Amino acid sequence: MKEKITKKKDRWREKCLSQAPYRSAKAELSGVDVDVDILYTPDSIASIDYPQDIGFPGEPPFTRGIYPSMYRGRLWTMRQYSGFATAEESNKRFKFLMDQGNMGLSVAFDLPTQMGFDSDNPEIEEEVGRVGVAISTLKDMEILFEGIPLHKVTTSFTINGIASIILAMYLAVAEKQGVPFTEVGGTIQNDILKEYVARGTYIFPPRPSLRLIVDTIEYCMKEAPRFYPISISGGHFRSGGASLIQEVAFMMLNGITYIEAVLARGIDIDEFAPRLSYLFVTQLNLFEEIAKFRASRRLWAHIIKERFKAKDPRSMMFRVYAAGCGDVLTHAEPENNIVRLTMMTLAGILGGVQSFFTPAYDEAYEIPTEKSALLGLRTQQILAYETGITNTVDPLGGSYYIEWLTSKIENEVRKYMEELEKKGRMVELIERGFIQNEMARIAYEKTKKKLSGEKVVVGLNKFQSAQAREKLQIYQPDREAISKQIARVKRVKAERDNEKVHYCLKRLEGAAKGTENLMPYLLETVKAYGSVEEIVNTLRGVFGEFREPVM
Amino acid sequence: MMEKQAIRVLIAKPGLDGHDRGAKFIVRSLRDAGMEVIYTGLHQRIPEIVRAAIQEDVDVVGMSILSGAYIDLTRKFSAESERQGLGERLILVGGTIPEEDVPKLKALGVDGVFGVETDIDEIIHFIREGVEKLG
Repeated sequence: MKEKITKKKDRWREKCLSQAPYRSAKAELSGVDVDVDILYTPDSIASIDYPQDIGFPGEPPFTRGIYPSMYRGRLWTMRQYSGFATAEESNKRFKFLMDQGNMGLSVAFDLPTQMGFDSDNPEIEEEVGRVGVAISTLKDMEILFEGIPLHKVTTSFTINGIASIILAMYLAVAEKQGVPFTEVGGTIQNDILKEYVARGTYIFPPRPSLRLIVDTIEYCMKEAPRFYPISISGGHFRSGGASLIQEVAFMMLNGITYIEAVLARGIDIDEFAPRLSYLFVTQLNLFEEIAKFRASRRLWAHIIKERFKAKDPRSMMFRVYAAGCGDVLTHAEPENNIVRLTMMTLAGILGGVQSFFTPAYDEAYEIPTEKSALLGLRTQQILAYETGITNTVDPLGGSYYIEWLTSKIENEVRKYMEELEKKGRMVELIERGFIQNEMARIAYEKTKKKLSGEKVVVGLNKFQSAQAREKLQIYQPDREAISKQIARVKRVKAERDNEKVHYCLKRLEGAAKGTENLMPYLLETVKAYGSVEEIVNTLRGVFGEFREPVM
Repeated sequence: MMEKQAIRVLIAKPGLDGHDRGAKFIVRSLRDAGMEVIYTGLHQRIPEIVRAAIQEDVDVVGMSILSGAYIDLTRKFSAESERQGLGERLILVGGTIPEEDVPKLKALGVDGVFGVETDIDEIIHFIREGVEKLG
């Protein structure tokens, strides 16, 4: 059968195709270009064994989806993400969303909070409340969730360096509300390894940071089992200029690092792997993006099963949250971004994601208006309810091209991971700056191609119009609200029992020097209104601080 | 005749934002253009940046700021340059900066402001010309 098709295809190439001129095409997978054939046929995927490699949705290796009925059973979660400067404003927004029936809340933090500074620190005053809410003490967190019963909502916190402190504060609010930890649901991003490479909100060196993460995973497993303690991300690499292969490979190597660290505490893989979730972005090469999700599900299921000997299929599920990538949006002719975002959203849906965020088309140059943010949500709703693409599971499965690409991506990622694992363990490679350089190399090439026009960006480097660029608008936080926040932090510090705070910090310091799980100590300290900066400084004294390797 | 010395540039990331793709691209591009480039890495405080500029005796200081705090950080930079006696250098700021704020930055002593999607050759040309004028 295979030979027959190959023979016929060769004849077709010679007799028919040779008469028609055509351009060459490359897949963008890895920065190292991969040739794309002009036509894929059954023999292109002859080595794929359907039951074993593709199989059925809801069963390992989950190539076609992690749930049996996928979007016929339940649509993906349409998650929108936004930040407000103060706890009061965010609280108001949350209540509005809940009135609309939205029980999934999402919190973005300002940079000082993410980096472990209190709002009243004069060195960082210009950044308070700029890109999200400022949280310095439990008081801020109490205001953020005032009147919101924590067993009725789930909250997603985009926080990494101080994720354990934020988790402790959230649980402390639950305790004050009389909600048992077992009923508290939500997510912290808590993926520090990618921060050293792509997002930058690291504080301590990788090893002690890794310990804090394992502490949160272990603590949640035992005390707050409805909480997702980590969201392992590839998307931030990609947004920072990494290739598709790097996005998947770095994410998986980080995931392996976290898993090994938890296993080292004598915890069984099936006890915690079902609570891990993953994060990707989508860009514009539609079929490559779709195949990426399929390949990642298959490869991850194999890794969890074979390397870590998981037995529970839920441990092998690649639960993925994705977002349209801001990196491919342009400031030039911004309405073009609406089309780009539609394609990126489509890629996520056809790729079988569990939740998706469509950013606003004007995000590249201003804080989204209510209208542009709504358009992001409407894009998802139109695709979900008007196009019929949700009517069957994994509708592109079986396409010769998609199946070939899926296998190609899986193999390329596997090869790249092996290559990197030979060079060292992920933590060492990050400490040495190796991964950072791997990514910067690709990012540099990609940016050069974009600037030279070799990579076509419509409206930017090809088919430009004379249309003036939209005016950039930079969000300026409300000075009065910020002053109020700073005053509140000062007041809390003046009014709390400082002796108790000091005592808690001392105990935390002692525990940090040992090997105990730090979560109970963090909980105790935040309940005494010890601040983020005080906790971070205490831990910095024990753990030290990460300095970026020289580029 | 003495060989012309390479232009020395300090690329800095002041403040807390972690977006370093642009800064790293500039570092590589300027190196490719034959300049000597020192990159501070993320999360640098303004006094440290000024100190590094003096120590490394650079011709150019470029600050990449994507958090929106460019006015405050540049104001701090001017004051600190004065205090430490940085002297005449070519000062550049890059990032997401609206047109109407460019004069405000220039008034604070910034020579060139470059937004995202700026052609790299334009920046290289600006530096060569600017450094020549400095003498």
